[in-house]
Amino acid sequence: MTDAHSTPSTDSASAERSAFTLDGRCIPFAPGETIMDAALAAGVYIPHLCHKPGYAPHGSCRVCVVRADGRELSACTAPALAGLKVESETEDIHALRLAVLQMLFVEGNHVCPACEASGACALQAVAYHCGMLTPRFPQRFPQRALDASHPDFILDHNRCILCELCVRASRDHDRKRVFAVSGRGIASRLIVDAPSGRLGDTSFSSEDEAAQVCPVGAILLRRRAFRVPIGKRRYDLAPISRTGDVATQLQAELEAETLDT
Amino acid sequence: MIASAKAIPADRPNGKLIVATASLAGCFGCHMSLLDLDERLVDLMELVSFDRMPLTDIKHIGLCDLGLIEGGVANAENLAVLRDFRRHCRVLVAVGTCAVTGGVPAMRNNLPLEACLKEAFVHGPGLVDRGIPDDPELPLLLRQVHPIHEVVRVDYFLPGCPPSADAIWSLLGAVLDGRPVALPPEQLRYD
Repeated sequence: MTDAHSTPSTDSASAERSAFTLDGRCIPFAPGETIMDAALAAGVYIPHLCHKPGYAPHGSCRVCVVRADGRELSACTAPALAGLKVESETEDIHALRLAVLQMLFVEGNHVCPACEASGACALQAVAYHCGMLTPRFPQRFPQRALDASHPDFILDHNRCILCELCVRASRDHDRKRVFAVSGRGIASRLIVDAPSGRLGDTSFSSEDEAAQVCPVGAILLRRRAFRVPIGKRRYDLAPISRTGDVATQLQAELEAETLDT
Repeated sequence: MIASAKAIPADRPNGKLIVATASLAGCFGCHMSLLDLDERLVDLMELVSFDRMPLTDIKHIGLCDLGLIEGGVANAENLAVLRDFRRHCRVLVAVGTCAVTGGVPAMRNNLPLEACLKEAFVHGPGLVDRGIPDDPELPLLLRQVHPIHEVVRVDYFLPGCPPSADAIWSLLGAVLDGRPVALPPEQLRYD
């Protein structure tokens, strides 16, 4: 596999080798691409939450689990290799993915009927895509804080899934390092760059890319809560497999407003 | 896939299956959605007869083929009713987000129970007769609200707040045929 991967893809024969199969379908890839990159480029959806094109792969949510030559891997971090046989939509991989989603739901406090992000939430939309009927595991009901110190944002830790998209956006794109994850294992939590620990005391602003990337309702822009009603939001209109990547309340609302007018 | 599929044999004398429903820590929204079946209720009545449910006013459940539970478990009475349903129903279904996850009532789980009660009955605005109600007839609250599958075995789950009448219709069709529930995308909602 490694030999085939390192072969320069100049002639047509090696170009043909620079492909793997995903559920039997041939997916071409360029050197350095991950399974996820190549699948998305080929228009094949692999459910994911912490992955976003243009961002450093993170591999933390494990929702993009696939089986590659018999090993379970996260598609967003696994390099594509020529001749690899990748399974994604098989019954047992689906069951694994569902279990990962169910653990994400019971780990936090995800109360969809009371959440402003409902309908524009990637966690909810991926769970819809995977047909999740119940979180199944015992609910943890963790005690988590809500930070309303910022004039333009609410930071609700109850809904944070620790995908670190805001961490990566603030660090790699905004050059601010407003967010980080602290602690280990089940004690991991999102922290902000202020001695007080309050978002309002950081340099976070609505201009930041980090303000746009939260896949759930953890980083919420104020004063826009229900401008677009439930039922007309991003993933209400089309499933996430067709709508694409990370959605924020703001993006979803702007899209919905465009659709309305 | 998730729920175990078990067919309900139609061995009743009149050929009708016996169904019971209850709302625990819910808002009766799921029962309203059941009523939203509208004219399909007529079709349903050809297939089932109702035991304990809010419309029949039967107080104690008899042996049933199917039990539909709305709401989570918030107090001692919810617990008793749920266990009674499990004992009497061949198939038990968690209907709606509260029964499936605890839902909005479970948002109190992050707060000490005493703080909740004081906020509602002692410190809240506009209260006339301040004080935590302690009538012995009131069921005691549990420290936390739980989804019903944390208390009894549940055969089927139907999320939604409330699940639409169409989703309830899909569920009933699946349960009556003993199939796993497979909702079309537009019927699978958590909100």
